[in-house]
Amino acid sequence: MQYMLLFHQPATELERTLDDPASADYWESWYAYMSTIYDAGIVTSGHGLQPPATATTVRFRNGQREVFAGPFAETQEMLGGYVIIEVPSLDDALTWAARSPSSSTGSTEVRPVALLEAA
Amino acid sequence: MQYMLLFHQPAGELERTPNDPASADYWETWRAYMSAIYSAGIVTSGNVLQPPSTATTVRFRDGQREVLDGLFAETKEMLGGYLIIDVPSLDEALTWAARSPSSSTGSTEVRPIALLESA
Amino acid sequence: MHPQHETEAAYQRAAFVARESYGRLVAYLATRWGDLAAAEDALSAAFVAALERWPRTGVPERPESWLLTVARRKLVDSARHAALRDRPEIVAALGDAALDQSAPPPALPDERIRLMLVCAHPAIDAKIRPALILQAVLGLEAKGMASAFLVSAETMTKRLVRAKAKIRAAGLRFEEPTASDMPGRLHALLEAIYAAYFLGREGAVSDGDVHDQLRDEALYLARVVATALPTAAEALGFLALLTFCEARRLAQINTAGAFVPLLEQDAGTWDVALMREGYLLLERAVAQGEIGPFQLEAAIQAAHCYRARSGTVPWGEITLLYQALVTRYPTIGSRVGCAVATAHAEGDPSNGLAMLNAIDPEAVRTYQPFWVALWHLHTMRGDNTQARSCLLRALSLTTHPRLQAYLRTRLRLYDHSAAGEEPGNGAL
Repeated sequence: MQYMLLFHQPATELERTLDDPASADYWESWYAYMSTIYDAGIVTSGHGLQPPATATTVRFRNGQREVFAGPFAETQEMLGGYVIIEVPSLDDALTWAARSPSSSTGSTEVRPVALLEAA
Repeated sequence: MQYMLLFHQPAGELERTPNDPASADYWETWRAYMSAIYSAGIVTSGNVLQPPSTATTVRFRDGQREVLDGLFAETKEMLGGYLIIDVPSLDEALTWAARSPSSSTGSTEVRPIALLESA
Repeated sequence: MHPQHETEAAYQRAAFVARESYGRLVAYLATRWGDLAAAEDALSAAFVAALERWPRTGVPERPESWLLTVARRKLVDSARHAALRDRPEIVAALGDAALDQSAPPPALPDERIRLMLVCAHPAIDAKIRPALILQAVLGLEAKGMASAFLVSAETMTKRLVRAKAKIRAAGLRFEEPTASDMPGRLHALLEAIYAAYFLGREGAVSDGDVHDQLRDEALYLARVVATALPTAAEALGFLALLTFCEARRLAQINTAGAFVPLLEQDAGTWDVALMREGYLLLERAVAQGEIGPFQLEAAIQAAHCYRARSGTVPWGEITLLYQALVTRYPTIGSRVGCAVATAHAEGDPSNGLAMLNAIDPEAVRTYQPFWVALWHLHTMRGDNTQARSCLLRALSLTTHPRLQAYLRTRLRLYDHSAAGEEPGNGAL
């Protein structure tokens, strides 16, 4: 089955930059996790996202396009990235989710992918 | 540039099933949108997710795995699916976002993808 | 020449170029590089280099070109550096393709409008747009602007950095918006400039050089926009609006330094030349045949200025203009203005009060002009108890010392109203 792992991270964590020496451990932990999960051959696709501050949200009401600066909801933890994995069961997905660095500082949401692909 | 379009939809909408006659219009608008955006040749990947009721959230604290039934945050609108698209600039991404059925009933968030793939 | 003179000459020349061309240089670099923050950094570095070099070598014949060449080199170098570290393979693709390496044009094109329109993009938080534009085009520092925008310097800096990071990371394009996007973007830009102007103007009521500078710079930006878009009706209408406001600006403070509301001002002291300029601008705007909110606002101010000639306020016309504004572009501010105008035109506050009461209370809970209007109309009705409580509410929402002082003197009149004075005849 395919699951989406959504990495919800504390907002401050998502502002970390690659070249900040104080963030070296942070990036190392993600690098290690991603290498392991990709090496396991279960990842279908995945992306890291730019920080929530770079988000833009669109609504369409009464024939008008409304554009808002920022993510659709400002919450304590926000989506930092995701992977789609193919594993036999939810338990396997939860095991992989628990190992994610986001589970230690924020949380990782596991959602089954709908049978119908978006296309 | 690559952008993730996150389709945030009202909770009620996400529980719709494909074979419910009352939902025929709903599925038709999504089908029309998806075929338009895929035909434009800009979609890198994307998935529809199972409803929020199928979600499980994982945290890892003090060496303990905590598994919670449901979404990491219950909000009025929830992620129903996403697409990764490749377009020249934010303006094109916003144009595609505005056309999504989720923009008419909920909202569509546009997040740029981090340069480094999560792998 | 004495070295010290050379140094001074270089500083003066650099300061002159900075004042005249800063925004053009930033716009030129940012529109080509797609990164506002990097363009500003590169330009700062170029100015530093100029101050180091010009005293020794003399000021170059075309200082702008010199600065541009140095700044472009810095941009390419820093990008190459970053690319080498992150992704060696894109270094090859970078280089000259990313930034045109041919000699800078002899006359620097004015692309500040494109820069401003990017800053006014709906993906940028509306709260930061005014400061972002002022910084990008005029180089105003966060520290200097912070107090006028009622935030700490640290917050202001953080918000500006974040907005610029978003411009780069989210892929905003420094191109002219499409024809269908243009009206919305132009309106957002004018609103941002208006916010800066009003912060400056209200601030000026309570003194302060920062505010005066802000007001001047906002006016300057309005002129830049109207010059860059000479057939944009709203850009012209907006400049007309600010010009009418400017014509009356000095009259709002009397010789004793106290605030004087519009209707109590001596119209004979308004600046005739500025009013004439306002009328001409408004005429040009209307001739474009494209009505818009700023033109209507300008027309309302023009009607108020009419008092300088006729001695009376044409409340009937003002009411009609407000009605058009409320119908086409409803905002809380225009609805409040319409209610007051209606009360004056009818010589009876009943309908005006009904219009104020029809506004969602939640939307006006902290909106000071609403409470001033309500105070005024209750006074017209002769209900001193209601009027006084509205005045108190307005006072509690006023932050500027001069306005506070004015409202306090009005409040005091209620406590002596037995003496028969009219406490509430001073609508703002």
